[in-house]
Amino acid sequence: MTPHATPVGGRLWTPSVQLLSGILGISLIVMLWRFVFGLGATTALNDGYPLGLWIAFDVVTGTALACGGYGVAILVYVLNKGRYHPMVRPALLTSALGYTLAAIGVNLDLGRWYLVWKVPLYFWHWNFNSALLEVALCIMAYMVVLWIELSPAFFEKFQDSPIGSLRRVSRAALPILEKASLWIIALGLLLPTMHQSSLGTLMLLAGARLHPLWNTPILPLLFLISCVSMGYAMVVFESAFSSIAFKRTPEIKMLAGLAGAMVPILYVFAVLRFADLAWRGRLGLLFAGDGRSVLAALEFVLFLAPTVMLATRARRHDLGNLVRAAMVMMFAGALYRFDTYLVAFTPGAHWSYFPSVQEILITLGLVSVELMAYILIVKTFPILAGHPAAAERQAV
Amino acid sequence: MLASFSALDTPGAGAVSRRDFVRLCTMAAAAVGLGPLAAERFLEAAERGLKPSVIWLQFQECTGCTESLLRPTHPGVADLILDLISLDYHETLFAAAGHQAEAARKQAMQAHAGKYVCIVEGAIPTKENGIYCMIGGRTAIDILQDVAGKAGAVIAIGSCASWGGIPSADPNPTGAVGAHEILKGQAVVNIPGCPANPYNLLGTVLQYATYGTLPALDAQGRPKFAYGSTIHEHCPRRAHFDAGRFAEKFGDEGHRLGYCLYKLGCKGPVTHANCSVQHFGEVVDAWPIGIGHPCFGCTEQAVAFRVPLFTTVDIERPTPPDTYPPIHATQGGVSPIATGVAGAIVGALVGGGYVASKKLSAGPADDEVAQKKPEV
Amino acid sequence: MGISRRAALQGMVLGGASVAGAATASAAERPEAPSDAVGLLYDTTLCIGCKTCVVACQDANGLPRDPAGIDAKYDAPVDLSAKTKNVIKLYVEGGKRSFVKVQCMHCVDPACTSACMLGALQKREHGIVSYDPALCVGCRYCEVACPYNVPRFEFAKATPKIVKCELCRTRLAEGREPACSEVCPRKAVIFGKRSDLLKEAKRRLAASPGKYVPKVFGETDGGGTQVLYLSHVPFEKLGFPTLGDESTPSLLRSIQHSVYRGFAAPAALYAVLGMVMLRNRRAGPGGEP
Repeated sequence: MTPHATPVGGRLWTPSVQLLSGILGISLIVMLWRFVFGLGATTALNDGYPLGLWIAFDVVTGTALACGGYGVAILVYVLNKGRYHPMVRPALLTSALGYTLAAIGVNLDLGRWYLVWKVPLYFWHWNFNSALLEVALCIMAYMVVLWIELSPAFFEKFQDSPIGSLRRVSRAALPILEKASLWIIALGLLLPTMHQSSLGTLMLLAGARLHPLWNTPILPLLFLISCVSMGYAMVVFESAFSSIAFKRTPEIKMLAGLAGAMVPILYVFAVLRFADLAWRGRLGLLFAGDGRSVLAALEFVLFLAPTVMLATRARRHDLGNLVRAAMVMMFAGALYRFDTYLVAFTPGAHWSYFPSVQEILITLGLVSVELMAYILIVKTFPILAGHPAAAERQAV
Repeated sequence: MLASFSALDTPGAGAVSRRDFVRLCTMAAAAVGLGPLAAERFLEAAERGLKPSVIWLQFQECTGCTESLLRPTHPGVADLILDLISLDYHETLFAAAGHQAEAARKQAMQAHAGKYVCIVEGAIPTKENGIYCMIGGRTAIDILQDVAGKAGAVIAIGSCASWGGIPSADPNPTGAVGAHEILKGQAVVNIPGCPANPYNLLGTVLQYATYGTLPALDAQGRPKFAYGSTIHEHCPRRAHFDAGRFAEKFGDEGHRLGYCLYKLGCKGPVTHANCSVQHFGEVVDAWPIGIGHPCFGCTEQAVAFRVPLFTTVDIERPTPPDTYPPIHATQGGVSPIATGVAGAIVGALVGGGYVASKKLSAGPADDEVAQKKPEV
Repeated sequence: MGISRRAALQGMVLGGASVAGAATASAAERPEAPSDAVGLLYDTTLCIGCKTCVVACQDANGLPRDPAGIDAKYDAPVDLSAKTKNVIKLYVEGGKRSFVKVQCMHCVDPACTSACMLGALQKREHGIVSYDPALCVGCRYCEVACPYNVPRFEFAKATPKIVKCELCRTRLAEGREPACSEVCPRKAVIFGKRSDLLKEAKRRLAASPGKYVPKVFGETDGGGTQVLYLSHVPFEKLGFPTLGDESTPSLLRSIQHSVYRGFAAPAALYAVLGMVMLRNRRAGPGGEP
């Protein structure tokens, strides 16, 4: 819809894509190993720690990082800040890919993955008390919504396709999508609100087995707030590196604006978390000196550091600094989720878990395929707006 | 009944008191699981002189099974058995020999056709048509088929007759096999052991003599009352096994204290026999484990003379030990390699990201930077 | 700015109404054990640690032996596992010792059934928490949820299932009792209706007050369980978690229900978002492109 969005073009089989394909190839072999020999042979999961890297990172952190589409949509469509419009499509693409990879990650983690089709279809068996069901259905639905929201980018390209049927479908679809866009976007705002908070509710079922530093009824709220900040951080990160990688002028003004929007969110998170700990008399645990308290304290540091890094206008307009702040923000959110799902879960000191090499390799593979898909799609379809560097200079 | 060897006929020599006789009948009845009334029936049958005819064949054997039968003297099992049956042919115990002995056998076979018991001791060679064991000009195969063919019941005593025993050990140059391999299609009671426990034979013969039936047999034709459990299941040293107390070497502390001999290669866990409850002779602990040597599985074809003496075996049905798990047992683990890999990746991400971002800040104007960077 | 004050107010009223309407409903939902609930009563003062129940459970459920111990020659499960639904553990501290039988507690308001997406784990006949693999996708959320860490997963298999005690429900259907209580030589674990077992447990506590810790574990713990325990040593020493009277699912139900009852709140939010965006579209984009 952005008049300026165009395919980046250029060679597809670049060295970077080759490298990513290599990583993906190794990962596919490990995935096959996982399906043939089972989880016990390829993961370090056990009955004390039934959820591991794939859930904590690929699904929970991955979907939060993929909340760029959500965050930007709030800015553009709810808060009506139209100047961020060019960020919508790339953010949607990152989100669509992120959620799709999270869905693949879930299927890798499910022990009886061959029955996963029953989850959306067997509605008469749905257990509405299960936060996980809500997360699963919501993520499935949101993934579909994201691709639908993104589809105009594909149809715009296909409407000039030499293949007749493709051309006709595209030309017919575009106006329908245009008309329905508002309601689709609204759905794309509702669904993440529901499941990103439910990802927090999920761990509350562990009850007393969730460490008091993370165990709070406002866990859903904290998850929701941090996912918005992570989404924005991802957008900044992705936008900055895209512009460098594809030789386009970095959209410093927009990114600085986004950065400005992130800061209050981070403050809200930190204040809420601190106040919650104080309210429930758990502040002392923060200074207990054990591993968990160190990590919880680190969360605070990482959440607040970007507020300092982005405090002044000058800092917000320094691309490198923006990227560093975005990285810190993503780390903060990721750490918070890892902590909630793995560190805070206390089955007892006699259990231990650390991801196996195969789990790490599969995660790397999923990340690689996401990066590769991003590059290939951005080069082929009109996703990125903005200008190639040589054509126009933008005042920074 | 030519040349039968009956102690009752020669008073004073190994005479058995009625009390001993009754006692042993009760014991034997109990061992076979026939109940107290059976002992009375045994007595009645014996006193009425209804003694089945027995033809005892010996082939590739050491006569150990016959000898083990003769050893006990209080009471003399041999005497009792020989009083319960009419032994019409036994090459070792006969005074007669040669044509006389053969004639006695033929006569008994004719007189009691279809009713006599054929007891086989020793393996039967099959290579080169069985010439490796010939008696009176006939091969063992021939004799066995002839005698067993007209018998009312066939009992193979000892491992050799049950499945080939020592003669069948690798490379089995004579093609030695058990009696049931020659008598395919005919029911054969196997009483393996090297030697077989004479009380097992006693029980079987008693039952046949009194009721005309044979005891319940397992899949290998062995009486379940004797071969239904493994040595391990009824071993007096089992508590030591369960507690993890083992003799590690002959003569060491554990061996002297009578600990479990499993680690010295005891085949008890895979050997079906009743030696652990019914010792040999009438001397307590007169059996291998009782005297401190691991069982070598003499009743089992897959074990005896095949698995080396001091090789340990798997436990078929492991059972809980004498130890207990704690309330919280340590499980799971952390792989140092995975930790290293994860650390490297996180480090690379942080470091690489930082370095890249520095280039973005410190670099020249944006479009120049864009021109210099390689296409991704 | 795009959101008009009116639109915001409308949205808040709608959202608030749905939440308020739902919040009052959660108080009444405190589950009770069904009237025909069956269970077990285990008394540590009677258990001699013979482990017959462990072997009987393996036989009755067709479970393989768990080779472990010295040279792996023993059937020695150290804990519940994919091969073990019932295990005896030993607590020793100073002069005090106690055995404890560990298996599914068959909670009155189970966390595992609340977690299970398609209801593979569910309280079925007699309140027994049973497992239907046809509805299980192997997500292992039940393992996260259970406060006693009971459900175990067949990680070693390519087609894994959740494994846990189901009170021998197939035997119950034939009129027999669970294998463990049937073989116990001292009747340290007995089977019966939960109400009867609770009475018996209280009778024992009243009859020998000094002998036991004065509590029947499972009467109200975590909302109550159908497998009850009497002990002569403190329950935490035996590995039992300290739980209040409220089950974890009941706490969560208030959140889920108040927010999602009838999907009112999500529907309201959707309507609000739609309205806000419509207004923005009509007002035109704020801020320069």
